[in-house]
Amino acid sequence: MKRNVLPGLPLSLGITLFYVGLIVVLPLAALVFKAASLGPSEYWAIVSSPRAVASYRVTVLSALVATAFNLVFGLALAWVLVRYRFPGRRIVDAIVDLPFALPTAVAGIALTTLFASNGWFGTLLAPFGIKVAYTPLGIMVAMCFTSLPFIVRTVQPVLEDLDPALEEAAQSLGGSDSAIFLRVILPLLMPALLAGLSLSFARSLGEFGAIIFIAGNQPMETEITALLAFIRLEEYDYQAAAAIASVLLITAFLMLAATNLLQARALRYTARS
Amino acid sequence: MTPTRRKPPRVGDGPIIRRVLIGATLFFGAILVLAPLIVIAVEAFSQGLKVYAATIAHPDTGHAIYLTVATALIAVPANTAFGLAAAWAITKFDFWGRRVLLVVIEIPFSISPIVAGVAYLFVYGLQGLFGPMLESADIKILFALPGIVLASMFVTAPFVARELIPLMQAQGRDLEEAATSLGASGWRIFFSVTLPNVKWALLYGVVLCNARVMGEFGAVSVVSGNIRGQTNTLPLHIELLYHDYQAAGAFAAASILATLAVVTILAKVGLERRGAGRRPALGSAAKEQNTGTRT
Repeated sequence: MKRNVLPGLPLSLGITLFYVGLIVVLPLAALVFKAASLGPSEYWAIVSSPRAVASYRVTVLSALVATAFNLVFGLALAWVLVRYRFPGRRIVDAIVDLPFALPTAVAGIALTTLFASNGWFGTLLAPFGIKVAYTPLGIMVAMCFTSLPFIVRTVQPVLEDLDPALEEAAQSLGGSDSAIFLRVILPLLMPALLAGLSLSFARSLGEFGAIIFIAGNQPMETEITALLAFIRLEEYDYQAAAAIASVLLITAFLMLAATNLLQARALRYTARS
Repeated sequence: MTPTRRKPPRVGDGPIIRRVLIGATLFFGAILVLAPLIVIAVEAFSQGLKVYAATIAHPDTGHAIYLTVATALIAVPANTAFGLAAAWAITKFDFWGRRVLLVVIEIPFSISPIVAGVAYLFVYGLQGLFGPMLESADIKILFALPGIVLASMFVTAPFVARELIPLMQAQGRDLEEAATSLGASGWRIFFSVTLPNVKWALLYGVVLCNARVMGEFGAVSVVSGNIRGQTNTLPLHIELLYHDYQAAGAFAAASILATLAVVTILAKVGLERRGAGRRPALGSAAKEQNTGTRT
C-alpha cells in the first residue's frame, strides 16, 4: 500500500472538524435535542395543529408550482443560452445568477412593490382580477425568483457537452425535431434536470426573506412554515418553535438525501457518456 | 454544397421556434429578474436625491452598514480558512468518514435559514445548552455581533469548500507529493504549489460567500433581536424601514445591497473567464478551450 507522504492532516482535519462541529452540528443537535425533549404526544399535537398543517400545505403547494414553472422556464433558458447566439446573450447568462446574489430581503421588497395592486405589474393584472401580492400567488412568484438559477445552472453544462453526433444520427434516421428532443435530448438531460429540480424545490421549501414581504402572512392562508416557526419564537413559545423547525429540518434532510442520490446518478451518467 | 451549408441545422434551429423561445425566455426573464433590479433603482430615487442621501447618511443606516461589514470581515476569512482546511484534508488524504464529512459540510446549503437561527437560540439562548452558563459569565452572544457572525458562518459554511474540493480533487496529489520529495515543508507546498493552482476558484468562493453574508436575512433576523441602531444589519434595516412605511428609505438602503449584488455578478463573470466556478466533472478541458476561442 502506498503511504501518504503529504503533511498537514492533523491540522487541516482538526480545523475542519472543529468548525463543522461548532458551527453546523452543535446547533442542529441542540435543535433536535430541544424538539425531542417534548413528549411524542405533545410534539405531535404541535406539528399536526391546523395552523401548522395549513402552513405545510401553502409551502409545499407553492413550492411545487414554483418548481414546475422553473422546470419549464429554466430548461428553456438553458436551451436558449446554449443553443442560440443573439445580442445580449452573455448579459442574460450573467443576470441569471441575480437571484443568488441579490439578498432575499431586497428581492422581497422589490417583488412586492412590482406586484402590489398599485405596482407596475399589479396594475396590469388587476383588470383581469389577478392579485399576486398578499396571496399564495405572491409566494409562488417569490419562490420562482429565488430558485430560478438552480435548474438553469445544472442543465446548462450538460447541454453544452451534448454530442451533436447523437442528434445528427437521429436526424439521418428521419426523426422530427420534437421527436428528437423528447426521445434523444430530454433523456440525456434528465439526471441534471432532476438534480436541479430537487435543489430548486428544497430551496423553495426553506425560503423566508423573499416571501414574508409579498405573502401577506395570514394564518391558515398565506403563512409559510418557516414564518410560523419565527412567529412561535416571537411569542416565546420555544417548544413549538423547536417542533416546527424540526419538521423543516427533517424535510431538508430528506431533500438532501434525494439530491445527493440524483447528483450521484447524474455524475455517473456524464462519466459514462 | 457550399461550405456555409456544411453543417445541417440542429434541433430547434428553425427560425420560428428560435424566435419564440428567445422571445418567451427574455420576456419572463425581464419580468422576474430584471424588473426587480430596475424597480429598486426607481423607488430608491422616487423621492429625489435628498431623501436618498438622507437615508444613506442616517446614523442607523451607517450603523447597519458598519455591522454588516464587520460581520463579513469576521465571517468571510473564518469561512475561507475553513474551506481551505476542509479541501486540503478531504482531497489530499483518504480517511474514514470522508464522504460523510462532505455531506455534513453541504448541510447548511439545504437548510432554511430560519431553522439555522432557531437552532442557534437553543445553543446560546437562555433556554439553550450554554445560555444560563453564558448569562452568569456575562458573555453576550445572541442579540449581539457574535451571534450574527455565528449564524452567518452557518449559512455560508459550504461556500468556499464547495468550490475548492472538486477542483483540488481533479488536480490530484502529484504536484504536492513531488514538492514533498524535493524537501519542501507543508506550508511551503501549500503557498507555492496548491494555492496558486486554486486561487481563482478560491476567490470565486470568497466573493459568493461575502455576498451571502452581507445579504443574509432569515438566520440573522432570528439571532439579532432586531435592535435598531444596535444589532440591525443592512438587510434587517431594510425590513424595518419598509414596515415603517418609509419605502423610499428602504429602497435606498436596498440599493446598496443591489449594487453589491451587481458587483458580485461582474466579479463572478470575470472569474469564470479564468476558469473558476466550473465543476470539472461536468465539462472536459478540451471542449472548454474550443468554446473559449470561438467567443
